[in-house]
Amino acid sequence: MTAPLDVPESASSAVPEAVVAGADVKAIEGRSLGQIAWRRLKRDRVAMAGAIVIIFLMLVAVFAPLIVGLLGHDPLQYHEDLVDSGTLAPKGQLGGMSWDFLFGVEPVNGRDIFSRVVYGARISLLIAFLATLLSVVIGTTLGVIAGFFGGWIDTLIGRAMDVFLAFPLLVFALALAGVVPDQAFGLSGDTLRVTLLIFIIGFFNWPYLGRIIRGQTLSLREREFVDAAKSLGARGPYIIFRELLPNLIAPILIYATLLIPSNILFEAALSFLGVGVRPPTPTWGGMLSEAARFYTIPHFMIFPGLAIFITVLAFNLFGDGLRDALDPRGNR
Amino acid sequence: MRRKVLTTAAAGLTLAMALAACAGTPTQTPGQGQSAAASSGASGAAEAADAAIGKIFNPSTKKGGTLKMANTADWDSLDPGNTYYGYSLNFARLYGRALLMFKSAPGPDGNTLVPDMAESLGKSSDDAKTWTYKIRSGVKFEDGTPVTSKDIAYSVARQFDKEIHPNGPTYLNALLDWPKGYKGAYKSKDADFSSAVETPDDQTIVFHLKEPFGLFDFIMQMPMTMPVPKDKDTGTKYQEHVVSTGPYKFEKNEIGKGFTLVRNDQWDPATDPNRPALPDRIEVQTGVNADDLDNRLISGDVQIAVDGLGIGNAALPKVLPDPALKARTDNPIQQRTWYTSIIPDVAPLDNVDCRRAIAFAADRSSLFRAYGGETGGISATAMIPKTLPGHKEIDLYKSPDDKGDVEKAKAALAKCGQPNGFETNISYRTERTKEKAAAESLQQSLAKVGIKLTLKPYPQDDYFALYAGKPSYVKENKIGLAINGWGSDYPDTYGFMQAIMDSRDVREAGNYNLSVKIPEVDKLIDQIKAEPDAAKRAEMWSQIDQMVIDQAVVMPSVYGKALYMRGKNLTNVFISDSQQMYDYVGLGVQQ
Repeated sequence: MTAPLDVPESASSAVPEAVVAGADVKAIEGRSLGQIAWRRLKRDRVAMAGAIVIIFLMLVAVFAPLIVGLLGHDPLQYHEDLVDSGTLAPKGQLGGMSWDFLFGVEPVNGRDIFSRVVYGARISLLIAFLATLLSVVIGTTLGVIAGFFGGWIDTLIGRAMDVFLAFPLLVFALALAGVVPDQAFGLSGDTLRVTLLIFIIGFFNWPYLGRIIRGQTLSLREREFVDAAKSLGARGPYIIFRELLPNLIAPILIYATLLIPSNILFEAALSFLGVGVRPPTPTWGGMLSEAARFYTIPHFMIFPGLAIFITVLAFNLFGDGLRDALDPRGNR
Repeated sequence: MRRKVLTTAAAGLTLAMALAACAGTPTQTPGQGQSAAASSGASGAAEAADAAIGKIFNPSTKKGGTLKMANTADWDSLDPGNTYYGYSLNFARLYGRALLMFKSAPGPDGNTLVPDMAESLGKSSDDAKTWTYKIRSGVKFEDGTPVTSKDIAYSVARQFDKEIHPNGPTYLNALLDWPKGYKGAYKSKDADFSSAVETPDDQTIVFHLKEPFGLFDFIMQMPMTMPVPKDKDTGTKYQEHVVSTGPYKFEKNEIGKGFTLVRNDQWDPATDPNRPALPDRIEVQTGVNADDLDNRLISGDVQIAVDGLGIGNAALPKVLPDPALKARTDNPIQQRTWYTSIIPDVAPLDNVDCRRAIAFAADRSSLFRAYGGETGGISATAMIPKTLPGHKEIDLYKSPDDKGDVEKAKAALAKCGQPNGFETNISYRTERTKEKAAAESLQQSLAKVGIKLTLKPYPQDDYFALYAGKPSYVKENKIGLAINGWGSDYPDTYGFMQAIMDSRDVREAGNYNLSVKIPEVDKLIDQIKAEPDAAKRAEMWSQIDQMVIDQAVVMPSVYGKALYMRGKNLTNVFISDSQQMYDYVGLGVQQ
């Protein structure tokens, strides 16, 4: 893949425009690269639908206490009177669904599934976003350094990436999450678990992005505008921050959006396997893991499962749309 | 499960020898089995819930047919000298004969010991230090060789080697007066062990004990005394070709997949009044998924789930609301109590009022649901299960609707100097969903008074060896509460209580007694050992029960129950109190 600036539709004039755009936007008439991409993105209905769902999910996560206050119950509160004391299944039709309990109640203890799914969004999105951010920061930094400086630095970072890519991540995550005590690094409880998950997921996912950034940097480094800047006396940091990074924003954005859903799935998998956030804090993966025992009560599995499915789908659709918008040559 | 329980009890037995005073017969326990009512005859075949509790469901003496069984796991071993699971002790009686056995009879009658290969129960002399058994004549191995007392002596000597046979009970190793340095029949090949087991003639076997032990007959019903022919013994591999003495022998045996039992033509019913031996064939599958097994039981494809654990959580919502399916279930009480240990080694639980605050705040009705609701148990207020002598309800921490008493809990907290509550951890076994639910329930109810619990799941294999049962780990990781459960070994309160109450047995690791360290309790246990009167012993057990609950070092949740399902077309089905599951010796198949 080459630089995203190399946009055939906007003709050759777009290239210098965009390059200068970093330095002085107002001076130029017409559309910037960002505007062009935005217009393309707006035309992509599927991607926009994905974006709307993502915004909706984020709002749900942020305003979870408010939503639950209006439409649900405390996610930790037991409603045992709603559960049959013999079968331990929820009383009533469809797993106890009612206006009071929109998604029904959990078997055994009768917790409100709606509230738990809503609160689960917080953990899932928080971990996915921050872990992605961590991967992006590490990946971009090391990728640019490796690509720009080359030589032994490149070799060193490249080997490090190979090591990380060869790492059995799931097994390692299982082991690490199991070993870390309840209090460590001055943190405890949920804060510690969430931090730990962010670290594990984020720290081991950077090489995927790092490789792409390195490749992009390698090709950008040889481009005319970089040569021009060099001949004008620009030094390393200036070139990296002013010439290279603005041109790397597109791949970073695309891969970040595509990394988020895979991180959501990874967090769910860890919670499912019992090494995620500890109960009773609700997480989607944890709910699925509980629901698996009650295959005779499908509604318990449907809602957290749907939540994961919709979130991952929305991020993937939006990520695909974003890639098409920023890099039209990859277009079908 | 039972195996682990049994192992410690065995360790505790070294202290148990003083039991000499209590005579061989156990106190007859008032079982859940109501009298084997008149109904058992006429309406026997009509399906009804609990129809096999205390009476025989569909009684029959008709022989023939194939009995289909399946097991969720595999046997610890089919070798009679190397097995300890409760279901295996039940099942082994189909292909092997020990000196004694529990009577194959419904309800409390099933607790009666009857002679099997022996002519009568043990004759003790020398203050219960020497036990003599006479073997019936006419008992043969499946190849026609007559069984002699030497074969039994050999099987006792071979099971001594716990490196080769690690699973079996250690009772005989601890009880008998083995010669110094004896290493079992394999490593001390021709060593003389007559100080432990003597065979004056082919029909007589004499056991010499180190110390008097009145309950020796209970040990003799276990499969360790099922004879193994010396020339056919292949050590660890013997379980692949077990030589039968019972009514059935192995036709085909693939460890890990299953096996088939067929009639043993060398078994003479004249020598065996206890086994009806109704089916012609018994087919057993092993390693069947638990949920799958439940479904196959329902459909009739499998008739008995061997593991004796009962129907799983997933199948409950399918079985219970359906009257036709529910009519095929039995829901007996077991000699088992699910409880929580409150560990006084961890501050601030060293203060009795802090412990009581937990007992007051706990929501018992919620715990009852956590342990499976109506089919999982009966709400408990005492440790000793309902069917054991000394059982008495001790309701010291009453609350309205059993929902927990916030006021009293707060008062106790204030008294303990922690008016705003405190933080501690609660451990449970990761694999056990009911224990997880119980821990979550406690977390929820204790939060109401400001006691914050952090859940600590540990793998069940090492729960006692490395985590909750290891005092140094408990202290270091501040595990204030531990979810726990205990079942009895043999129908006597001693077999239930001693291992979880006697503080002198607490070791560096592998403890089942996690929290009871009260000198008065230890003193009472010593008195019980010396007390010949069963009623007085029961009374003292109740005192201990009262003491530990008053001190709030244990918090009983439920007396365990299990929900069993009778497969289709079974005859002669009943639950005996000794097996606490269907008695496999009695079963037959409808033609």
